[in-house]
Amino acid sequence: MSPLGTQVGQLARRSIVRTFRQPANVAFSFLFPLLLLAVNVGGLDAAAEIPGFPADSFLDFALAFTFMQGALFATTNVGTDLARDIQTGFLNRLALTPLRGSALLAGQLAGIVALALLQSLLYLTVGLVAGARFEAGPAGIVVLLLLAVLIAIAFGAIGAFLALRTGSGEAVQGLFPLLFVLLFLSSMNLPRNLIEIDWFRIVATINPVSYLIEGLRSLIVSGWDAQALALGFGLGFALAAAALAAASLALRGRLART
Amino acid sequence: MSRFRSVALAVAWRNLHNAFTNPAILLPSVAFPLFFFTAFAGGLSRIGDVPGFDFPAGYTAFQFVFVFLQSAAFGGVFTGFAIARDFESGFARRLLLAAPRRTGIVAGYALAAIGRWLFTALVVTVVALVAGMEVGGSGVDLAGLVLLGLLVNLAAILWAGGVAMRARTVQAGPLMQMPVFLVLFLAPVYVPLDLLEGWIHAVATINPATFFLEAGRGFIVGEPAEVLAAFALVVALVAVFALWALRGLRSAETAG
Repeated sequence: MSPLGTQVGQLARRSIVRTFRQPANVAFSFLFPLLLLAVNVGGLDAAAEIPGFPADSFLDFALAFTFMQGALFATTNVGTDLARDIQTGFLNRLALTPLRGSALLAGQLAGIVALALLQSLLYLTVGLVAGARFEAGPAGIVVLLLLAVLIAIAFGAIGAFLALRTGSGEAVQGLFPLLFVLLFLSSMNLPRNLIEIDWFRIVATINPVSYLIEGLRSLIVSGWDAQALALGFGLGFALAAAALAAASLALRGRLART
Repeated sequence: MSRFRSVALAVAWRNLHNAFTNPAILLPSVAFPLFFFTAFAGGLSRIGDVPGFDFPAGYTAFQFVFVFLQSAAFGGVFTGFAIARDFESGFARRLLLAAPRRTGIVAGYALAAIGRWLFTALVVTVVALVAGMEVGGSGVDLAGLVLLGLLVNLAAILWAGGVAMRARTVQAGPLMQMPVFLVLFLAPVYVPLDLLEGWIHAVATINPATFFLEAGRGFIVGEPAEVLAAFALVVALVAVFALWALRGLRSAETAG
């Protein structure tokens, strides 16, 4: 194996093991989105009766949101773990080795990819058992998993960037409410064309989270919607690329200072 | 009695001073209700068009009552976090040594929670009125809503305080927060009880928060409903959680 591959492999293994050695974090990121799904589906099922609502049941409509929430937890998990590495001096010790920055980032994100995949499979299973129907069929499920993992990588990279910039787990945790606001000010609960309040609809329209959710949701409620998928994947890649680039720059600065 | 009062007032003043001079402490307890109000009343206003939804004051007022009572409950929980922080920093142990009447400590934190929530409630109400909320209730009805909020706030701080004094660490935050979150969200949050179906209807029917919401929504439109049941339940919760908090205080005393 190439040196880069070895480095990524070692750090990925550490990241995965460390992620799953925190049962409280893992359980929270698995269960909380499902809990909110249950509450929202129970409380908002009547919304499916609004003329123009795109799904027969609110479960079909809301299921996509669980994947976004899982990605949100990726931000804090990656960020907090990386910040802890900075605070404990682990990053300083790594800086003394020939480790490449790209290997460090890839390794850190590997844990979150594993977590995102498992989360997504759980959400899918629960959704299917609860009666959700995938209009895009089995192939759509595969595409949905790919998009969910891409979104988790993008958000995880944002978490890594924040950790590298601030070096503080508390600062990363402090950003959680802001990201949560981004989720709620999107089209998560109603399609944008059914949002009645003008300013809210405008905010939801310029909020990239809306398009990520709509990309995921399209596979469940409308089948193969090329525009929704292009926007979802396009924004997912753009966010991931921008966040990874920012994290790489921050890492360079962090390693240079040590 | 004066020793109890002096301890309670000192603890309350310190906690309020900390909260109002440190935005990082005060901001979340104000920002979260505002954010929920914005997301629910703004993003979900079409829910008011669902067949069978007939709340006379409109969806903004419908959601305001939920956010108002939610801010009361979470105001209590946030003060519980402050108690846990005081134990982690060692301040609470020094307080236990210095206070001539330790029950005054619990009362002081409860007073602080009420003070913090009154500020949050004022902000949320002003924002709701600016957003065009319709109010049909009279002054007496609105006083009833505020009193209900105060009692919910008191019940929540006594619950969270009891947890904080037993665990004595901020890591117990989810334990304080999660049950409150669940009780609140397993009530008719988005639509009236009649429009809920299945398991959530069954749970909401026996959930005390449902009675609080129905009473609060009755107050805001001026058609009081479930008032007796709501106040009886919240007073019972205050009594039970007062015992819980006092036993928590004993636990903290025993632990030294």
